[in-house]
Amino acid sequence: MAIDKETVKYVAHLARIELRPEELDKLCRQLHDILGFIDQLSSLDVKEVKPASHILPICNVLREDEPRKSLSPDKALKNAPSREGDFFSVPKIIE
Amino acid sequence: MRYQTVIGLEVHLQLSTKTKAFCSCAIDFGRPPNSGVCPVCLGLPGTLPVYNKEALNSAIKVALAFSCQIQEHTKFDRKNYFYPDLPKNYQISQFDLPLSRNGHLEIISEGELKRIGITRIHLEEDAGKLIHGSNSSLVDFNRTGVPLLEIVSEPDIFSPQEAFDYLTTLKNIIEYLDVSDCDMEKGSLRCDANISLRPEGSKELGVKTELKNMNSFKGVKDALTFEVIRQTELLESGQAISQETRLWDAGKGVTVAMRSKEGAKDYRYFPDPDLTVFVIEQEAVKRIKSGLPELPKEKMRRFIKEYGLSEYDAKILVNSRRDAEFAEECLRMYPGKDKKPVVNWLIGPLLSEANNRKLSLCGLKVDKQELINLVGFVEKQEISNLSAKLVLTQMIDTRKPAEEIIKENNMLQISDSTKLEAIILEVIRDNEKSVNSFKEGKTNALMFLVGQVMKRSAGKANPKVVGDLLKRRLTGA
Ligand SMILES: [Zn+2]
Repeated sequence: MAIDKETVKYVAHLARIELRPEELDKLCRQLHDILGFIDQLSSLDVKEVKPASHILPICNVLREDEPRKSLSPDKALKNAPSREGDFFSVPKIIE
Repeated sequence: MRYQTVIGLEVHLQLSTKTKAFCSCAIDFGRPPNSGVCPVCLGLPGTLPVYNKEALNSAIKVALAFSCQIQEHTKFDRKNYFYPDLPKNYQISQFDLPLSRNGHLEIISEGELKRIGITRIHLEEDAGKLIHGSNSSLVDFNRTGVPLLEIVSEPDIFSPQEAFDYLTTLKNIIEYLDVSDCDMEKGSLRCDANISLRPEGSKELGVKTELKNMNSFKGVKDALTFEVIRQTELLESGQAISQETRLWDAGKGVTVAMRSKEGAKDYRYFPDPDLTVFVIEQEAVKRIKSGLPELPKEKMRRFIKEYGLSEYDAKILVNSRRDAEFAEECLRMYPGKDKKPVVNWLIGPLLSEANNRKLSLCGLKVDKQELINLVGFVEKQEISNLSAKLVLTQMIDTRKPAEEIIKENNMLQISDSTKLEAIILEVIRDNEKSVNSFKEGKTNALMFLVGQVMKRSAGKANPKVVGDLLKRRLTGA
């Protein structure tokens, strides 16, 4: 599968990553190689293999609906780049 | 050209579990900001979400109540997008293997029974809350990770009124299941609407707009009504509808296109590697199904059959589960076989007291036995209907027994004919004109004379007995 610069730009935008032109070139090559590597999988015959959405052979992992202690607001906000009172503060959002 | 309106609704429902969907933070919307959060719901690295058993049970209950097929295999996916109320930069949701599909909801809209398809009901988690200040926006993550259900309808709804009736019916059922508050003002039930118009008879769907920001059922109906008119005007003047998200402005009564033009949404869904799949056993589904409470539709049918109620009366009584249970206990306690007197009191004076006080029927906290006693006094014609209504008001205000109030206010009707005869003779003496017109065949005059007797007895005479006595005296029968 080929990957072009437009696709890399688009994915970077979705991930909110800003790329310099030289980074764009480098990532384009690297992603191309990675996808080529993964493409080898399509040469395998998987007719007899059941589709899986998880690699672990376990299911129905659930927990009881019993409350436990939460963090204190101070702990929760400890790594916040910016806070106002006990709120996380972020650049103003419109709408 | 005539157009047909086509509406599909997406309802987000907060499940009222004790803890969040993927962590053990207690859900309590009254608590101070960011005091109900933990490393899991803050999306800190190295944490592992585990789904809430009770939330899954509640979700299956809802899916069954809407006749959905529970999928044997279901899993969680990550829906990726950036917004400050979403600490992980993805929402845990369900994409291609939702919990359930292909259900339906029967509604009665403008007198007609209609079936609205339910495309799917799936599990997801709520985001945090944003408060917008002048220079910054503030984030409270207490709501982050609260279990949500998304209930997606088919585009089977053809008018704003139908949308309203769909929502009312949906809420009614959820309330019976007791799995959510369903309070739109508090945000525990939210509704977005997709609406498009198409030429009548056409099979193809028109370009739709998505409406958001409605915070009541009436708001949904009003926003849709506005949008029908807006789209009709555009189409009639030959303009195209643009596919966009529009926000309802309840104050101005208009929908406004969102300023931020988002491109086609690209959420890059993929299976959440932190959460393993669920295999839902038929046995478990059967067990949950057998534990479902009687739902409004069935309760209504049973009320009609068991208590001889009219469809109209039964429908009013099953409007809320608690009221229906209150009503049924009253009906059972009432000794007579004909339950109509109690029904009339429940959906008449009691309901209007409730409406006046903005309470539910059972919220009035009227003692059931006392209500039955009051109905008994009326049925035995010991008090007039009018007095009985006054007694009811006082019963609610003072919590005194009916009989005590009746005695205190001297409200017992006079049915004793010797006492009434004296008043009747007076009235006949003083109203010669009316007596004569009655004798000449004007039956209306009798009503007037009965009224006079009622007046002189200070409303305590039994009007039926008075009528009989008067007639007998005047006709000599
Ligand atoms: Zn938490």
